[in-house]
Amino acid sequence: MNLESNVPSGPLKEKWSNHLNDIKLVAPNNKRKHEVIVVGTGLAGGSAAASLAELGYNVKSFCIQDSARRAHSIAAQGGINAAKNYPNDGDSIWRLFYDTIKGGDYRSRESNVYRLAQISNEIIDQAVAQGVPFAREYGGLLANRSFGGAQVSRTFYARGQTGQQLLLGAYQAMMRQIHEGKIDYYPRHEMLDLVIIDGKARGIITRDLVSGEIKRWIADAVVLATGGYGNVFYLSTNAKNSNVTAAWRCHKRGATFANPCYVQIHPTCIPVSGDYQSKLTLMSESLRNDGRVWVPEDKNDDRHPNDIPDEDRYYYLEERYPSFGNLVPRDVASRNAKMVCDDGMGVGPTGRAVYLDFRDAIQRDGKKAIEEKYGNLFEMYENITGDNPYEVPMRIFPAVHYTMGGLWVDYNLMSNVPGLFVAGEANFSDHGANRLGASALMQGLSDGYFIIPYTIGNYIANNDLADADTKHDAFDEASSNAQDHIDKLLNVNGDKSVVEYHRELGQIMWDKVGISRNEKGLKEAIQQIRELREDFWQNVRVPGEASNYNKYLEFAGRVADFLELGELMAEDALHRDESAGCHLRKEHQTEEGEALRNDEEYSYVAAWEFKGLNGQLAEELHKENLEFEFVELKQRSYK
Amino acid sequence: MAETMTIHLKIWRQDGPNQPGKLVDYTLDDVNEHMSFLEMLDVLNEKLVAKGEVPVEFDYDCREGICGSCNLMINGRAHGPKDLTCTCQLHMRNYNDGDTIVIEPFRAKAFPVIKDLVVDRSAFDRIIEAGGYVSTKTGSAPDANAIPIDKFTVDTAFDYATCIGCGACVAACPNSSASLFTGAKLAHLNRLPQGEPEKKRRTISMVEQMEEEGFGDCSNFAECEAVCPKGISISAIAEMRRDYMKAVFAGEEV
Repeated sequence: MNLESNVPSGPLKEKWSNHLNDIKLVAPNNKRKHEVIVVGTGLAGGSAAASLAELGYNVKSFCIQDSARRAHSIAAQGGINAAKNYPNDGDSIWRLFYDTIKGGDYRSRESNVYRLAQISNEIIDQAVAQGVPFAREYGGLLANRSFGGAQVSRTFYARGQTGQQLLLGAYQAMMRQIHEGKIDYYPRHEMLDLVIIDGKARGIITRDLVSGEIKRWIADAVVLATGGYGNVFYLSTNAKNSNVTAAWRCHKRGATFANPCYVQIHPTCIPVSGDYQSKLTLMSESLRNDGRVWVPEDKNDDRHPNDIPDEDRYYYLEERYPSFGNLVPRDVASRNAKMVCDDGMGVGPTGRAVYLDFRDAIQRDGKKAIEEKYGNLFEMYENITGDNPYEVPMRIFPAVHYTMGGLWVDYNLMSNVPGLFVAGEANFSDHGANRLGASALMQGLSDGYFIIPYTIGNYIANNDLADADTKHDAFDEASSNAQDHIDKLLNVNGDKSVVEYHRELGQIMWDKVGISRNEKGLKEAIQQIRELREDFWQNVRVPGEASNYNKYLEFAGRVADFLELGELMAEDALHRDESAGCHLRKEHQTEEGEALRNDEEYSYVAAWEFKGLNGQLAEELHKENLEFEFVELKQRSYK
Repeated sequence: MAETMTIHLKIWRQDGPNQPGKLVDYTLDDVNEHMSFLEMLDVLNEKLVAKGEVPVEFDYDCREGICGSCNLMINGRAHGPKDLTCTCQLHMRNYNDGDTIVIEPFRAKAFPVIKDLVVDRSAFDRIIEAGGYVSTKTGSAPDANAIPIDKFTVDTAFDYATCIGCGACVAACPNSSASLFTGAKLAHLNRLPQGEPEKKRRTISMVEQMEEEGFGDCSNFAECEAVCPKGISISAIAEMRRDYMKAVFAGEEV
C-alpha cells in the first residue's frame, strides 16, 4: 500500500495557497447534483456540513445524539488558539506552527500544521461574524489568555465554555442550511458500516436509534467527523456516548488507522471517588494560569492543606521547569503528577491526587477577578466534590482526554479509501504525539470550515463515479453485516453486563497502555485484551430488543469495537520502541524522566491496515516517513 | 468513609410512544453519597440487567452539565432540588437515607415520550432552524476586531447564549411554553451588531415556530427561570415580546 501524503510542493508558506489555486472546482450549477454524507455534528462535522451546503452540495448529516447541538465538542472549556497577535506579544503564524509542531514532539506533518496555523485567524473572524460571544476587553476588542506550551497569549475564549459557544455557532450555521433545504438531518442515527463501490466510499449504513431500523444512504463522498476513541479507557473526560465505532468499521473496510497509541492524558481532572464512577470531569487547563500545583514535601504530612506552610510544600512543576512552571504542556504535567503520586506524595483519600491551589492568585488579584475568569469551573468542582476551591485547594489528577491518533489522511484530509474524508479528532493529522491546549477547537473548525469544502470539490471534479443506488450488492452486504452483528450481540445471552466488560478493558488500558508503558506490560495487555474479547462474545448479556430504543445494545456494539481497538493500541505502543510526546516508554527516558525520541528509526506515521480477526487481530504496518524541511528536530525542553 | 443510603425510587416506565406508562417501584440499598444521580441510575440498571429485566432508558451524554442531554423530572422539579444544576451534576449527598424519589420524563405536548424517561425534543431544533442564527457564509467574515462590542453587551449576550437546550424551562412551565428557550437565543443574537440586520425576521419566525410546535404561551410564572440549570433570566422573555411587537408593528417586509 502506498500512503501518499499528497503534500503540495513549494515553500511552506505557499503550499496551501498554491494548492487552492491548482485544485479543480465544481461549478455552482453542478454542485447541486452531488451528495455528501457527513457523519458527526461536532465542530468538524457541523462546520463541514454547513460550509458544504452553503457551497451548494446536498448534504446528509448524521449524529447519535438527539440534537446536533449536543456533540461532545460542546464540553471544551478553555479556548481556541489563533495567531492574531492582538496582544502584540510577538506572536505569528510561524510561532503558532512551531509551538504546535514542537508540542507534538515532532511526530506530525509540517505542511498540515503550518496550514492549521494559517487558517487559525480566519476561524476567529468566522466565529465572531456568527455572533459567538468571545470575551472582550472594556475597549470592545477581543481578549486573550495564555495556555500550556506557549509563551504568548493567543487563546480566545468565552468564559469556561468556549467549545459550547463555537459549537453553537457551527450548529446554527447548520440549522440555517437545513432551513434552506440543503441539509437533510438525521439525529439519533448511528453509523454502523461504510459502503465501498468500485473501490470508492459511496455510502453508509446506519441504525435508527429510536426504531432500530437499519437504513442505507448513498452519496458521492463521505466525511467522517466522529471524534476520538478515549472511551476505550472506560473512564475518560469524553462524553458517555463518544465511541470509535464509525471509524473502526471504516478501518475494517480498509481505511488505515494511524498512531493509535498516541493518547493524551489531561493533567487537571477531578480524581476518581469510587467504583461506580462513570466518567471523569475535566477542569480546564486554563486554571494553571493562576493555580499553583503542589504536594506536601513530607509524604506523611496529614495536615489540612491550608495549614501546610510554603516551606513544607513541593511546587514540583515550578521547581523542575522554571521557565514554563505550571504551564508546561499537558503530557509533562500529567507525567509529573503520576510521578509524585507514585513516590507516595499524593493527597486525598486515595493518594492519587495533587493540589491545585488558588490561594496566592486570590490574594494577588482578589476573589472577584478569579471568579470572573473561572467562576463556572469552581462551581462545577464544588458541585462534584462538595469542596469550595476559593477556600481549600482543588484536588486534581490526570485523566484520558484526547486521542491524537485516528484514521490516516493525506493533505486533503482524505483517507486511503478514495472518497472517505476524515475531519477533527477522528483523523490523526495535526497534533503528532501530543496536542497543545486550545488546539482541538482550532483543528476541528479548520478542517470543517476551511479545508474539506475545497478538497471534496477537487475529489468530486476529478472522479467520475459509477451510477449506483442503495440496491447495489455492496449495500446488501454491508447492511446484512450490520444486522448480523446486532443479532449476534443479542444472542450471546450470557450473564455479564456490557459495563463490566468495558470497565475491565479500561483498567487494562489504564494500567498498561496509559501514562507510561513498557514492553512487558504491553505484551500482557495484548494477551489480556484477547482473552477479555473472547470472553465477551461468550458471556455478555445484552438486554432488550433490536427494534426499540436500547442504550445497552448501542453500548454493546461500541464496547465490542473498543475490545478490538485496544489490542491495536497496545500493538502500536509496543512497536514504537521510543518515547514521543504522550507515548512514554519507560525504556526510553532522559535522566529527568522526559520522553526520549529516536528520530533515526521512528520519525514516521504508523498506519495500520486491518487484515483480519481470528482470536487475534491481524494488522499490517505501513509507514509514512515524516520529513522535516523547515524545522530542526530538537529534544523538547520546557525548563 | 463515604456514607451509604437506602433510596426508594418510583420511576416512569413506558415501552414506547403512544403506549400507556406507569410508575414502578425500585429500592437501592447501597447508594454512596458521592455518586451522581445518574450513576445511581446506572447502578440500578446494572441490577436490572443482572436479574434479566429491561433497564430504564434515560438520556445522557457529557455528564458534566453542558450538553443538555439529561432531562429528568425529580420529585416534581426539573433537574431536581438543587439550583443551577443539571440532573447529571446532581449528587446523592443531597439526599438522605430512606428518601423516596419520583423520577419522570420532561412532559409537554411538544416533547413526546420515546421510551421511559427519554423524550423527543426535536422541536427545539426546529425553532433554531426558523431563524436562530446569523446568516453569514464561511469565508465572508471581516477581521474579528473590525467591530468593537462593549464588554457589557457581549457578556450579557454570553449569559443568554449559555442555554444548553435541555428543556427544563418547558417541563417546569404550567403552559409548557418554550419562551425562555426561544427568548434566550433571541436575546443572545438580537443584541449583537452581527445579529442586528436580521433581528425582526428572526424574532417573528422563531416565535411563530414556537407556537406551531405546540408550546404554550408565557403567563409570567417564572417557573422556567427557577429551574434553568444555567440561570437564564426571564428578561429574555420580556425582550422577546418587545422585539416581537416592534417587528410586527414595524409592518415591514420581514
